[in-house]
Amino acid sequence: MISIPLSWYLVVAAGLFCIGLYGVLSRRNAINVLMSIELMLNAVNINLVAFWRYGMLAGLSGMVFAIFVITLAAAEAAIGLALIIAIYRSRDTVIVEEVDMLKW
Amino acid sequence: MFNLIWLIPVFPLLAFALIILVTRDDKRLSTYLAWGGIGLSWVISWGVVVQAAFASEHLGEHPYQLPLFTIPTGSSGLTMGFMVDPLTAAMLFMVPFVCLMIFIYSKGYMGLDTPQVDPRYSRFFAYISLFACGMLGLVLSDNLLTLFIFWEVMGLCSYLLIGFWFEKKYADPNRITPKQAGLKAFLTTRVGDVIMLLGLLYLYVQTGSLTFPEIFSEHSLEGLAHATVTLPLLGTMPVATAIALLIFGGAVGKSAQFPLHVWLPDAMEGPTPVSALIHAATMVSAGVYLVARCFPLFSAVEHGPQLVVVAIIGTFTAFMASTIAIAQDDIKRVLAYSTISQLGYMFAALGIGGYVAAVFHLLTHAFFKALLFLGSGSVIHGVEHGHHAVAHHGHGHDAHGTHHDDHAEEMQAEFDANDMKNMGGLRHKMPRTFVAFMAGTLALAGIIPFAGFWSKDEILAHAWEEATLVWVFLTLGAFLTAFYMGRQIFLVFFGRARTEAAEHAHESPGSMTWPLLILAFFAVVLGFIGTPWAHVLHKFIGHAYPEGHFQPIVAAISLSLAALGLLLGYFVYGRRPLAQGQPDPLEATLGPVWTVLRNKYYVDELYQATIIRFAVWLSQVFYKFDDLWFVDPIVDGVGKLGRELSLFLRRAIDDPIVDGAVNGVGQLADWGGRYLRLIQTGRMQEYLLFGMTVLLMLLGLYLYL
Repeated sequence: MISIPLSWYLVVAAGLFCIGLYGVLSRRNAINVLMSIELMLNAVNINLVAFWRYGMLAGLSGMVFAIFVITLAAAEAAIGLALIIAIYRSRDTVIVEEVDMLKW
Repeated sequence: MFNLIWLIPVFPLLAFALIILVTRDDKRLSTYLAWGGIGLSWVISWGVVVQAAFASEHLGEHPYQLPLFTIPTGSSGLTMGFMVDPLTAAMLFMVPFVCLMIFIYSKGYMGLDTPQVDPRYSRFFAYISLFACGMLGLVLSDNLLTLFIFWEVMGLCSYLLIGFWFEKKYADPNRITPKQAGLKAFLTTRVGDVIMLLGLLYLYVQTGSLTFPEIFSEHSLEGLAHATVTLPLLGTMPVATAIALLIFGGAVGKSAQFPLHVWLPDAMEGPTPVSALIHAATMVSAGVYLVARCFPLFSAVEHGPQLVVVAIIGTFTAFMASTIAIAQDDIKRVLAYSTISQLGYMFAALGIGGYVAAVFHLLTHAFFKALLFLGSGSVIHGVEHGHHAVAHHGHGHDAHGTHHDDHAEEMQAEFDANDMKNMGGLRHKMPRTFVAFMAGTLALAGIIPFAGFWSKDEILAHAWEEATLVWVFLTLGAFLTAFYMGRQIFLVFFGRARTEAAEHAHESPGSMTWPLLILAFFAVVLGFIGTPWAHVLHKFIGHAYPEGHFQPIVAAISLSLAALGLLLGYFVYGRRPLAQGQPDPLEATLGPVWTVLRNKYYVDELYQATIIRFAVWLSQVFYKFDDLWFVDPIVDGVGKLGRELSLFLRRAIDDPIVDGAVNGVGQLADWGGRYLRLIQTGRMQEYLLFGMTVLLMLLGLYLYL
């Protein structure tokens, strides 16, 4: 059942990564930035699973790696949201542009 | 005794040093130091003379030499030292003794025990001690170099001593001040010295030595006589002649012969002991000594012009100076011209080959001329004291009924104690001075049996045999000598006192009159060493020269002319003694000739108008060259150029480039920081943007390179 070429999966993953990257760089709301980060992580997952499925690497490494990434993503999302709530409580804003104390 | 000769100049030198450094403020001690110095020299000198005369054989051929030091010249050296030969011994007889007499006299003259003591008394004794050292060193030298050094020492002392009263100024601008006179003496003798130095250098180049035994050896003299030199105006002549003439130039300056005689009369501005010491007895006779010492050189060329030149200048000077002397009023100037004249006699004698006669006359002249000068000093001293007495106690002695105002006027105007017109009748006031002065006068005039007769007659006898023209002028000069001395005697000592000052003059103290009387003794007696029947001096120093023959006719002529001269002096000045204010009778007789003689043939004025004006002009030219146009502007210019260059370099390079670079680096850091910090906005998304952009660039680089 290997009729879809590997490169299609890789392109989709790359596309998703770029969309996620664009989102990280340009979204004003912090939660939107978090969501874009999740998107980038998912793109990486697709890459990993595609390479595992098409037998580029032996064993279970790809699948296990993907599960690690998902776990990390979940943890990081939780912490990220906690950080945003802490920032909101002290600065009364969630727009990343306005959190610019570490400057000249 | 001979091995002690080095001490002879050392004692006065020590006295000089000690007086200057240690005993300056103690006048009495300074006096005794000076006396001690010259006294010890005198004792040793007379010891040397005795040994030379009685205990030495053939001192002429084998003089005693004492080498003292050597100047290295390349691989060899010039050995200098002292020497005793008969000529030296003869000089050593005269010099320290006359100096001692003058030193003793100076104590009274400079007023040690009076309230008018000279403020620079000690310095005077220091200077005359240095001078004595110079003269003694000169006669003892065995080489021309140290002779020249001591010659110059004496020149220096001459300047210091003539200008001893340097602060004295006169109201009459034409009258030379002591300061000017000192300079004049030094500079005029300097002219002679330069010429002499040329001669010395030439001699050294030709013979490689300056020591007397070496340069007068047969070999050396032959070489000098045969080698010739060609000069632009004078043609070709033997080297010996050229050197002799150059050395004679030095003697002309130092012994005040024409044309360098102008300094000696003006040197009378110095204290009288100075005139006696330097300008009668010793320094001026150094010129004669020099020619006598170099006589082998002068006679090296047979019938050469050098001795003729010496004789001509000597005779001319002798005659010229005696004519000037008859028209002078200043007592010391008469004696000064007399000195010039007598020195001319000595050179004339040397020129015609009368070596012994010249030295004989040198010795006798030293004694009686020193005597005459010291006597004149005593007279001046007495008259000055008389002047003081009248000035201070004038109202007490007003026996003539004249007003006090007249006295005051006479005192306001400068009273010249030297002027013979202000004297008269002093033989009663100053008997001892009178006796001594008469002895000197008779000796100078050449009256038998006084010393001057024997020595002068020997010169005249030589002249009669060798060169009649010389004899004519010298004999005429002898007549004039007797005349002006007679004039002097009758103006000063006979007749009646012409001024109040002369009226109140008194005899000088013993310290002044005793040396006079001792010198008078020698003036009488010294001639006997050179009588034609027992010519002791000739045996002593003149063994190499033929003995002169006694010419009775010459003696008769000179004696009668001398007596005539004195008699004429009596007739003009003695029979009807001059009254106060009366003009000189000779003035009326001679008319314009008198004026010319009185003004010394205007030689000084001639020099002033030509040489001195030229020298001053030349110095102005050099001043302009040096300070105004060339040297200073160039030096200043270089300095300014350096400064401008440095300024330019600073503005062109240092400020813009170097400072610019250094400052620029700082500016760059500043600017960089100012703008780079703006990157740090604190916004995380922009950081990420940067990061991603660079990552992309690196990726592209990696993929395509």
